Amino acid sequence: MRRLYGFPGGVHPPEHKTESSGRPIAPAPLPARLVVPLLQHIGNPAKPVVQPGQKVLKGELIGKADGYISVSVHAPTSGTVRAVEPHPVPHPSGLPALCVVIEADGEERWVEKTPIDYLHLDPSEVRNRLRDMGLAGLGGAVFPTYVKLNPIPERSVPTLVLNGCECEPWITCDDRLMQERAPSIVAGARIMRHLLDAREVIVAIEDNKAEAIAAMREACRDTDFEVVVVPTLYPSGSGKQLIQLLTGREVPSGGRSTDVGVQVFNVGTAHALDRAVNHGEPLISRIVTVTGNVRRPQNFEAPLGMPLAELVTLAGTPREDTTGYIMGGPMMGFDLNSDQVPVVKAMNCVIARSERLFPPLPLPLPCIRCTRCAQVCPVRLQPQDLYWFARAKNFGKAQEHNLFDCIECGCCAYVCPSHIPLVDYYRFAKSEIWAREREKKAADRARERHEFRLQRLEREKKERAEKLAQKAVASKDTAAMPNPDAQAKRAAIQAAIERARAKQAGIEPRNVSQLPPDKLKEIQEIEARRAKLREAMQKQPGDTP
Amino acid sequence: MTYVAQPASVGMIMGKVLLALGLGIAAYVIYFGPAILVSLTLASLAALACEALVLRLRGYVIAPFLKDGSALVTAWLLALSMPPLAPWWLVVAGTAFAIVVAKHLYGGLGNNLFNPAMAGYVLLLVSFPSHMTQWPAAEMLAHAHLSLLDAAIYIFTGHLPAGVTLDAITMATPLDMLKTQLKLGHTVNEVTRAPLYGYLGGRGSEVIAAAWLVGGLILLKQRVITWHVPVAMLAALFAAALWFHVYDPDRYVAPWFHLATGGAMLGAFFIATDPVTGPTTPMGKLIFGAAIGLLVYLIRTFGGYPDGVAFAVLIMNMAVPLIDLYTQPRVIGHDSKKSDRS
Ligand code: SF4
Ligand code: SF4
Repeated sequence: MRRLYGFPGGVHPPEHKTESSGRPIAPAPLPARLVVPLLQHIGNPAKPVVQPGQKVLKGELIGKADGYISVSVHAPTSGTVRAVEPHPVPHPSGLPALCVVIEADGEERWVEKTPIDYLHLDPSEVRNRLRDMGLAGLGGAVFPTYVKLNPIPERSVPTLVLNGCECEPWITCDDRLMQERAPSIVAGARIMRHLLDAREVIVAIEDNKAEAIAAMREACRDTDFEVVVVPTLYPSGSGKQLIQLLTGREVPSGGRSTDVGVQVFNVGTAHALDRAVNHGEPLISRIVTVTGNVRRPQNFEAPLGMPLAELVTLAGTPREDTTGYIMGGPMMGFDLNSDQVPVVKAMNCVIARSERLFPPLPLPLPCIRCTRCAQVCPVRLQPQDLYWFARAKNFGKAQEHNLFDCIECGCCAYVCPSHIPLVDYYRFAKSEIWAREREKKAADRARERHEFRLQRLEREKKERAEKLAQKAVASKDTAAMPNPDAQAKRAAIQAAIERARAKQAGIEPRNVSQLPPDKLKEIQEIEARRAKLREAMQKQPGDTP
Repeated sequence: MTYVAQPASVGMIMGKVLLALGLGIAAYVIYFGPAILVSLTLASLAALACEALVLRLRGYVIAPFLKDGSALVTAWLLALSMPPLAPWWLVVAGTAFAIVVAKHLYGGLGNNLFNPAMAGYVLLLVSFPSHMTQWPAAEMLAHAHLSLLDAAIYIFTGHLPAGVTLDAITMATPLDMLKTQLKLGHTVNEVTRAPLYGYLGGRGSEVIAAAWLVGGLILLKQRVITWHVPVAMLAALFAAALWFHVYDPDRYVAPWFHLATGGAMLGAFFIATDPVTGPTTPMGKLIFGAAIGLLVYLIRTFGGYPDGVAFAVLIMNMAVPLIDLYTQPRVIGHDSKKSDRS
């Protein structure tokens, strides 16, 4: 038995898992039209590589990874590209993003599948292939998988953790996946272990998923993977909390899990990895829990790009009192502002809302400093203080009190008797701070550019002055070579140049920073004339004996 | 967004506090007569009226705030700290001060720096000392008894039923008596043999203290309060008393006497635990509670007032921002060194 360490705080909201956990995963029928966003992961959007009118096969590349934190995007089915255009996507901002619209031909013709021989290929080659197959974390954070499988040489990752702690209420996609496809998850974990060269593999599952635990135990029987049952407590499925729970180690603030020798992957990611490596299938579908105010809550294997409206009808015609849809869980999820958004890699769960299931919270009252929030905070922050600072727009103070260590788990808001939407305040404060930082950076860049330009002008001026001086010296030299005073004169001239240079360096033209370019040019010309004059004057004393 | 919330509200928390106070109030009625019910009612009405008025003046929505129950808690704690036979205007004035000045002039619910009930109490104590020291005698010691109606008539009009004198129904408090008698050169042992004293503290009042203790434990169990403040306060009071008692048992009364007498238990579980005016960090709560316990002992033993809970709480209220500042817990993922800002 592995010793568990626990983490501070945590809450236990009503689970609502049984609604959807009883039925098997059902394949979603192919929609007529798919809208595939080019950005479905954290990082840069993929670059579209298809044109409208172009025919594509199932699994064909339609967007190429762009930059280090980016993965490719593929056609979820065969058909014709109809458009590459902005479209509403599931994102809290509600802003449209570039998507590839594909009209399905219903034939589901695959591209040639090429499995990856990961045991014999160079690891970096394997990683590139994974990037090109569109693998990103399926736990909700959608971080490119290949990046996480790239251990920094001097920092080994002895512990690989498969995260089967689906701690948010309502969501059961990982639970069902573990029950039904445990061997595939284990196969995926093998690949991860190989690439990370991990010493141990831990599969962590919360104790409210007995069948999943049994299935994973069975699948791990011939391996040295360890299935660890952890207590059901939100947010044990959050990476840093899970690491602390399993190892007692704290991921340093602002650091990564690899800093403490652990890498955590969602079980869904392991499954996707198995499909990609052993079967040559890029990531074009995922399991989504459709639950809440629907008639038959269930998990569906849905193609990416499937419109939400079609997905939710699979769980029965929508109930009349449905007021909208939440993507993710009720603790950290967000409202979808349209039912036309597509299924994406991050969509682990869709909850239909109704007043009955999610009654509106009462009017927020002032904070009474009861510290219930602090008692449940898994990061041991003082949420009531952060709230106070955020409200007062005292962002510096909020940052000093470690605002950026907040994982936005919502435990504090869950227990607050004054019903203050605490996390909303933290998000607001964070975004304000980011905006200010961006502004500052932009201003810094502008200033740097400006200063650089001034420096260049200065340098050019100096060079010109030097050239002039040298010319003068040269002409003197040739004219008065036999003059015994030549040496002294030369030294005097040199000193004068030196003086002029020092003087110029001392004068920083600070007052010109706000002027338009033509004015600057004028000033520059005047300066140049003055410089000539100065030189002329300096030459004179040397000339007169 | 967090779409779900625990079914808890400020009103529920305050309601639990009021319920937990019920036990001690019942004991109060049994041992000291029903007069306390009159002053509790009076204070409650005054508090609600003041709260509604001020909310109105400040342009707030009245209903949700009135329902939060915080005004009632203030009213009850103040009434329970005052002599129950105090005239009506004293109760009203104290409550009004607590609600209007100590609470709302500091910004209302959640913003006040001082414990409103204790601020009201101290104002009355320094302004009307004679009225504030007229405590009723325990029923078994009193020479006359007041019914609920008699008590109400006395509180509102100052008239006692025919044949009853004030001396027959009032008496010095155990702490008061101890202090004056010790000054006169008696030993602790001689003083506490008087009928005013029971097994641990004052006769009757020790039972009430026990009832506050039970009510406090209920609040602990219900997670309305945490253990830090009460434990630290009672432990500090006990430790200080023990130290002096061991040093000279004739001049310094036993530590359990301090716990069982006066406002110690009520203060530890219901007053010092006021979240709004207390520290928020676990360490801060321990410091805050311990300092109050110590101050209570010092004021009782060496100060000019018989009981010190109100002063101790108010003094420590002022230190809360500082205490919070220096007791920030280590955030997960940060070094144990304080306030790293990386
Ligand atoms: S739980 Fe709410 S009321 Fe209590 S301290 Fe935290 S923010 Fe304030
Ligand atoms: S949302 Fe942030 S402050 Fe609130 S409990 Fe979670 S980590 Fe703590």
